Amino acid sequence: MAIKLTIPISDDTIRSLKVGHSVLLSGIMLTGRDAAHKWIVDTFIKKTRPPQGDDLEVFRAIQPLLNGGVIYHCGPVVAGLDTGHYRFVAAGPTTSIREEPYQADVMRLFNLKGVIGKGGMGEQTLRACQEVPAAYFHAIGGAASLIAQTVQRVLGVYKLEFGVPEAMWVIEVKDFPAVVTMDAHGNSLHEKVRQESNAILEDLLA
Amino acid sequence: MRDLTEEILELIRFTSTNLPEDVEKALREAYAREEPGSAAHGALETILANVEMTRRNSTPICQDTGTPIFFVRYPEGWSPRRLREQIKEAVALATQKNYLRPNAVDSLSGKNTGNNLGDQHFPVIHFEECDGEELTIELMLKGGGCENVGRQYSLPDNALKAGRDLEGVRRAALDAVWQAQGEGCAPGFLGISIGGDRGTSYIASKEALLRKVDDPNPNPDLAGLEERITREANQLGIGPMGFGGKATVLGTKITATHRLPASFFVTVSYMCWAYRRRKMTVRGEQVTYE
Repeated sequence: MAIKLTIPISDDTIRSLKVGHSVLLSGIMLTGRDAAHKWIVDTFIKKTRPPQGDDLEVFRAIQPLLNGGVIYHCGPVVAGLDTGHYRFVAAGPTTSIREEPYQADVMRLFNLKGVIGKGGMGEQTLRACQEVPAAYFHAIGGAASLIAQTVQRVLGVYKLEFGVPEAMWVIEVKDFPAVVTMDAHGNSLHEKVRQESNAILEDLLA
Repeated sequence: MRDLTEEILELIRFTSTNLPEDVEKALREAYAREEPGSAAHGALETILANVEMTRRNSTPICQDTGTPIFFVRYPEGWSPRRLREQIKEAVALATQKNYLRPNAVDSLSGKNTGNNLGDQHFPVIHFEECDGEELTIELMLKGGGCENVGRQYSLPDNALKAGRDLEGVRRAALDAVWQAQGEGCAPGFLGISIGGDRGTSYIASKEALLRKVDDPNPNPDLAGLEERITREANQLGIGPMGFGGKATVLGTKITATHRLPASFFVTVSYMCWAYRRRKMTVRGEQVTYE
């Protein structure tokens, strides 16, 4: 049975989740991937570039959405770009490991409770999951049209100049399906599979 | 020369939204092998439901509609220059119609062109003049997740104990599958090229993926190696999405090309489960798709 989660998610709820749990997420979340993570880290954490254009305005707008919230590694196919009546057509997860250099800092900065993506993440993110606390939710890669059906509404978009896949889309989802593969207790399914498969690989290459 | 823009647009729609039958069959067989109730079983169930939905609704199977890679074989008399223009027009139209996500990003400015038309290398178009009367265009849509986990080995590789022989190829291939874990959207398919230079080896490894899943290699040694790599890759237990499970690789295709005496490349192109490749054939007035 899948566990129903409503965003924002409380610390107690996050701590109750374990690797292997199936969940259905509902509420408002934000998409963000390579360009968004780099922009957040460079502008607001490492501060290697000064805020420009609408940077501060966007930061203030996304802060309350991400506090206790969830970021989704996703570059969607979006209809209605000409009219502004946006609709998600296809919206599966992208590979999360590319955000490994940024993710832990971003989680701490915003008090993120969840990261959705695919392929899992590394040690730094796992440590942040324990500290913040937070969980990594694995969506099914490639199941893009099915997942798009759980997106009830597109509420807005920030940084569209990053391009459609890289922009930060504010979406309202209902029963978005995912599996917990990294929990707030230091467990990672990805680390486990990596180690077990490595032992078998060594046998096959012996 | 005939204008094929509309027909190429249909090829793109068909490729992006309708998973080939042989690939779906392999996924269904994999689903039947996984333990009911496992995360692997659940992942494949979701994947198959998505495949049916996108075929019915004509929406992209995956939001990453990838690099459009065209392989065009044209008889004498056709103009590759004009075919290129028609392909580009069809790609821009397909993007407008949401069959493709805008994916062409300027590497220096980071700016997305918005229509999938970049420089002369995006979309990718390979032309070859051929005998006979038929023009064929094969299209592969290869997403970034699986492209990122592709690897090239220069043998001998001391760390892998991989020498310049088929055993070395096996070792490189299994290493590539292990390195990929679930990141390339397993269960995947492997296109492997032995030889060439670095560039041609990557192209040949993708061409190998144009073969059907159940198409046996005419070279018995390579046929045996394809079967063995698939079987051993599945023993790794990485499973669908890297959740752990029986289905990690659903097919391996190997090709060999000539090389320099000094070089021995083994190139592994990893294709995600959303293995989108379709073909159109033009015979006179008739256009067919498969």
